[in-house]
Amino acid sequence: MAAAAAGRGPGCGPGDSPEGPEAEAPERRRKAHGMLKLYYGLSEVEAAGRPAGPDPLDPTDLNGAHFDPEVYLDKLRRECPLAQLMDSETDMVRQIRALDSDMQTLVYENYNKFISATDTIRKMKNDFRKMEDEMDRLATNMAVITDFSARISATLQDRHERITKLAGVHALLRKLQFLFELPSRLTKCVELGAYGQAVRYQGRARAVLQQYQHLPSFRAIQDDCQVITARLAQQLRQRFREGGSGAPEQAECVELLLALGEPAEELCEEFLAHGRARLEEELRSLEAELGPSPPAPDVLEFTDRGGSGFVGGLCQVAAAYQELFAAQGPAGAEKLAAFARELGSRYFALVERRLAQEQGGSDNSLLVRALDRFHRRLRAPGALLAAAGLAEAATEIVERVARERLGQHLQGLQSAFLGCLTDVRQALAAPRVAGKEGPGLAELLANVASSTLGHIKASLASVHLFTAKEVSFSNKPYFRGEFCSQGVRESLIVGFIRSMCQTAQNFCESPGEKGGATPPALLLLLSRLCLDYETATISYILTLTDEQFLVQDQSPVTPVSTLCAEARETARRLLTHYVKLQGLVISQMLRKSVETRDWLGTLEPRNVRAVMKRVVEDTTAIDVQVGLLYEEGVRKAQSSDSSKRTFSVYSSSRQQGRYAPSYTPSAPMDTNLLSNIQKLFSERIDVFSPVEFNKVSVLTGIIKISLKTLLECVRLRTFGRFGLQQVQVDCHFLQLYLWRFVADEELVHLLLDEVVASAALRCPDPVPMEPSVVEVICERG
Amino acid sequence: MIISDLTVDKRVNVDIISIPLKIIQKSMVIAHIHVIDFDDENNIINKNVLLHQAGEIWHISASPADKGVLATCYNKTADGKVVTCAAVWRMPAELEPGGHESPEDAASPAHALELLCHLGPAAHGSTACVAWEPAGDGKRVISLADNHILLWDLQESSSQAVLASSASLEGKGQLKFTTGRWSPHHNCTQVATANDTAVRGWDTRTMSQIYCIESAHGQLVRDLDFNPNKQYYLASCGDDCRVKFWDTRNVTEPVKTLEEHSHWVWGVRYNHSHDQLVLTGSSDSRVILSNMVSISSEPFGHLVDDDDLSEQEERSQEPPQDSVIATYEEHEDSVYAVDWSSADPWLFASLSYDGRLVINRVPRALKYHILL
Repeated sequence: MAAAAAGRGPGCGPGDSPEGPEAEAPERRRKAHGMLKLYYGLSEVEAAGRPAGPDPLDPTDLNGAHFDPEVYLDKLRRECPLAQLMDSETDMVRQIRALDSDMQTLVYENYNKFISATDTIRKMKNDFRKMEDEMDRLATNMAVITDFSARISATLQDRHERITKLAGVHALLRKLQFLFELPSRLTKCVELGAYGQAVRYQGRARAVLQQYQHLPSFRAIQDDCQVITARLAQQLRQRFREGGSGAPEQAECVELLLALGEPAEELCEEFLAHGRARLEEELRSLEAELGPSPPAPDVLEFTDRGGSGFVGGLCQVAAAYQELFAAQGPAGAEKLAAFARELGSRYFALVERRLAQEQGGSDNSLLVRALDRFHRRLRAPGALLAAAGLAEAATEIVERVARERLGQHLQGLQSAFLGCLTDVRQALAAPRVAGKEGPGLAELLANVASSTLGHIKASLASVHLFTAKEVSFSNKPYFRGEFCSQGVRESLIVGFIRSMCQTAQNFCESPGEKGGATPPALLLLLSRLCLDYETATISYILTLTDEQFLVQDQSPVTPVSTLCAEARETARRLLTHYVKLQGLVISQMLRKSVETRDWLGTLEPRNVRAVMKRVVEDTTAIDVQVGLLYEEGVRKAQSSDSSKRTFSVYSSSRQQGRYAPSYTPSAPMDTNLLSNIQKLFSERIDVFSPVEFNKVSVLTGIIKISLKTLLECVRLRTFGRFGLQQVQVDCHFLQLYLWRFVADEELVHLLLDEVVASAALRCPDPVPMEPSVVEVICERG
Repeated sequence: MIISDLTVDKRVNVDIISIPLKIIQKSMVIAHIHVIDFDDENNIINKNVLLHQAGEIWHISASPADKGVLATCYNKTADGKVVTCAAVWRMPAELEPGGHESPEDAASPAHALELLCHLGPAAHGSTACVAWEPAGDGKRVISLADNHILLWDLQESSSQAVLASSASLEGKGQLKFTTGRWSPHHNCTQVATANDTAVRGWDTRTMSQIYCIESAHGQLVRDLDFNPNKQYYLASCGDDCRVKFWDTRNVTEPVKTLEEHSHWVWGVRYNHSHDQLVLTGSSDSRVILSNMVSISSEPFGHLVDDDDLSEQEERSQEPPQDSVIATYEEHEDSVYAVDWSSADPWLFASLSYDGRLVINRVPRALKYHILL
């Protein structure tokens, strides 16, 4: 507080005083001042602190920097009552007193400290003076030591030089001795076969001899050495050429020869030639195994042998070559790569021939293991000789084999499917032993479906071996992507399903051909099979495939829905074809029966004709057959007794019959009108219409075709009275038995009505039979 | 009562656009032939009835040279046996097409046909079909009786028929010709016949077989027609619901197969001038008009003038595509005969079991497309 009191002078008091002529002027000026201060960077503290706390410019603030005692007193006097003035006075006096006592204690304490500091400084001054003296003495001593040392070294100088010279002479002499002894040593080494040692000696001496060859004595040594070296090289080459020793020794020979300064170019040629000879030997032995003699070792053994023999040899050659001829630079590497490429391609050709022999085999696991060995073995030279592209070629071969395998599996599946169909054909064609039913259609269908599915699963499993984790090539991009999606999924599974549909559809072609007629039951069975595929099996197989081969490839695949649609279409076509075929069979029967009979001269009907019974029997048999595989289906609401319709048949035919004999030109119009009106109310019958997948629809189709044929045939004949009556009887009989098979019995009535009406029109003497008699005959028949 | 056949008369006069049609009605004893004039301009149909007293007619064909002469195959019932015979007839003069000033009172008794000659004794069996030489002077007729093919010369203004030559089809089983056509090409020396599923070609000079399409159809062959503008091309139809187009030089494979009908196809006819238009009638009660551009003698763009380049380019962009032009469902019952008008190439008629005769026109858009 005391410090604060000594702040700004009262000089600023008048400017800051609140009173003035203008009330707003000071306010504005202060603002301007503030801005100026800000601009000049004065007392940011003040500027910052202004908003909070009391105004620091307030002259009445005791602790403020701008405290003005006059103003403060004025303010006190003016604002405070006497009591408060007294209070503040006493308060101030008390505060002043407290401050005084505080100041006194501070002064005392600091005085003591000052005294002790002065003492310390004085002591230090004394100590430094002593130390200075000692330093001086040290300097003089050092000077004396230097002097002595100089004198000693001067004394020893010449002796030292002599020792050095002597040492030099000694070394020289030893070298010379080595040189003189060199020829004998070399000879000895060569004799002992220590070629390495000899080459090292030769290497050491060569430079020196080269340098001093102008001196006669050295020249003699050099000549001797050269002779010996030549012999040495000769021997080395001999050893190298003999080649019997393994690759490491050869490599050693070459290394020594190189050290002897033989031309590297030639050596590397020779080295490769040797390597080639050895590897060709391997290849020949492999080829011999491959040979036409049947007992070839299994493919695993073959690749093993190839791997250890050929690939191992190739690796050694390559490694040694790279070590020895590293100095040859890119040209040498290129040579090696070409070498490896050429031999490698021959090896691959052999392997492929062997694998081609394996294509017929069924043991996938062995093949995969062999391929795995093959591929794994080639990884080492592949890394060693990236330029030769061995690893790539090996991967390619593996991929090709895998692809061929897929194709083979597809073929296998197809032939298995065809085999199934042949079995079914045989089972269908086999003569039924009386009393003992052969395997039912449903059973056959189950057999075909399960065996096909089994084959598919087996194929999937064996193909799956190619992508097993432990197989070395399974992480190649081909096997991770394309193999799974395009190979397995598309070409194998989808391809098989497609080909299956195609095979099935082929049965629909060539309808007129008498030779390769397909048993209708087979058509029915295939149709059901395709339908089952559409509803469940396809999606099951594809899900299975997708699960087993986690397809990561993004390439588009055939969606399930497309396949299902194809299968459904196939099923539909097969079933339609079945209907046509069965319809044709019955039609032919009916047609023959109408065309061959003499309808004019026939006798009064006593019986239903046997053909009609046969038709009903066949239809029943078909119904049973279809019922084995297809659901019942829906039929229109039917009356419980259909025979009551009988009367309408005759009423209409009789009606027409009444018109028939009148030959006036206008008469036919009436009949036409009548039949037209009748037809207006009935729907048009589409005879060969597509069928639905249920029994009723199939039977309806067959019956429609048959009856339409009957109708057309009847229209081409001329009937006598009894002929017409026979037709009447036949139709009634058909009606009695056929209505139960069709979706809409109205249809059968309509067609049979039409038949009888047509027959009546074709009859010059249309006298229909009494309905009751017809009924009696039919019931009896 | 039953209408079996329909022949559109050959008529040369095109000034008056009227299409005479003959319709045959059959009854058990006497058949009626309805001659129907269709006046295109006024849309009027005139009908005249001719009596055919010999019996019900199964086949009829008009002479290409004399419009008043026609040949029929008819049923004769004798001793509880039905025999089909053939004969040549002359229509009463006033009913000849062209003599359209005929008395119009329908009440007047029907005119009877004048018999010119019988086509031989019926010793050869039932006659299935009679075919006139297409371009000749109306003196030569082929008739097909059971397994015999008979060539007749009509002499003394058609009043006498002399068997010129014959051939017969030998083979196991009962072979029966069902239909035949006389080819307008090769100087009218070729005839095609159908029996069961086979189609055979014959040379009328030597009466020997020149080609045979075994199993041309899966089932019975119902009708044949020669392409009028393109040699060797033949259309056939049959019970397997198909229409097939053949090149008779290569009989192993059909050139084209249509499978539009849902029941037996009873008739197939090429348009006389624009042979891409093919008409078929079937017992599914439909008549289908197809545009067989790809095998016609008149491919698209063929008739376009050279100065009409822009249009030609436009044309050439659309590849010729065979298509069904229209399906006519006016009939309520099986359609047994279809034919084109000989006077107006855009008009055709079809006849169904219930006696309904429908005359239709080629769609205008297509007509202009072909013409322009």
